[in-house]
Amino acid sequence: MAINREYAGRVFPASQPYEVSRVKIAEFAAAIGDANPVYLDPAAARAAGHADVIAPPTFAIVISMAGSGAALADPGLGLNYAMVVHGEQRFEYTRPIMAGDVVTAQVTLTDIRDAGRNVMLTTSTEIRTAAGEHVCTAVSTIVERGA
Amino acid sequence: MSGQISYDSVQAGTQIPAVSYPVTRLSLIKYCGASGDFNVIHWNERIARAVGLPDVIAHGMFTMAQAGRLVTDWAGPAAVVTEFGVRFSSMVVVPDTDTGAFIEVSGQVEEKLEGNRVAIALTARAAGTKVLTRARAVVRLPGAPQA
Repeated sequence: MAINREYAGRVFPASQPYEVSRVKIAEFAAAIGDANPVYLDPAAARAAGHADVIAPPTFAIVISMAGSGAALADPGLGLNYAMVVHGEQRFEYTRPIMAGDVVTAQVTLTDIRDAGRNVMLTTSTEIRTAAGEHVCTAVSTIVERGA
Repeated sequence: MSGQISYDSVQAGTQIPAVSYPVTRLSLIKYCGASGDFNVIHWNERIARAVGLPDVIAHGMFTMAQAGRLVTDWAGPAAVVTEFGVRFSSMVVVPDTDTGAFIEVSGQVEEKLEGNRVAIALTARAAGTKVLTRARAVVRLPGAPQA
């Protein structure tokens, strides 16, 4: 099935609010093998100047995927997920994501382009608090490998 | 875990020594669960091979997380990552063995920026191949050494 190019430029509805918990941050830190106390211990995080435990930088992908995952799973787009690999990833942070944050992810499918037999899709996801404070912008390029 | 690095104590060219991070099939299962990315190529060898991959491959974001870990472990608990970007240049193949694979990450301070920020260039290899290119993080550090 071919990718529907008409999706380029599409702005998807913001995700449901995502509540960042200490438990989820600890689970993610354990999964990447990172025992940094600022991810696990509120006292250690405060001693380092953070308001609560912070999330590892790449945790932002969990929230951005909550939005972009739904966008990329849109049957109208025609993406074959088993053929997808990650091409490029960039994050720009206003501040670390931390426990207690309630955030939403707003996804824009900024670009669909060919690269040989592959198709590259770029999404830009804005992560903001319920109050509208910008926390992180995540720009992802994924590659659907040609058969 | 290192202590706290200060902006005043680093120069362009400061090296961050290489660390070798293990990745096994169990790492990927845990990462699937913690991240929500259950793409079958990260846990199902049969389907991975059927879609033309050499074996199960690691999530790009798992590799990026290891590169991030090198930066945050070096920079210390009070440091804040403000930018982080990578290009995934090659796959990290994770065989079904007790030891799995290793991702070796090293870094170097590329330049000092205003606002107590430093840009770090990162290198990541697995099985002798560069798995990240254009890997760069910017971190904000405490200005002077802390008492």
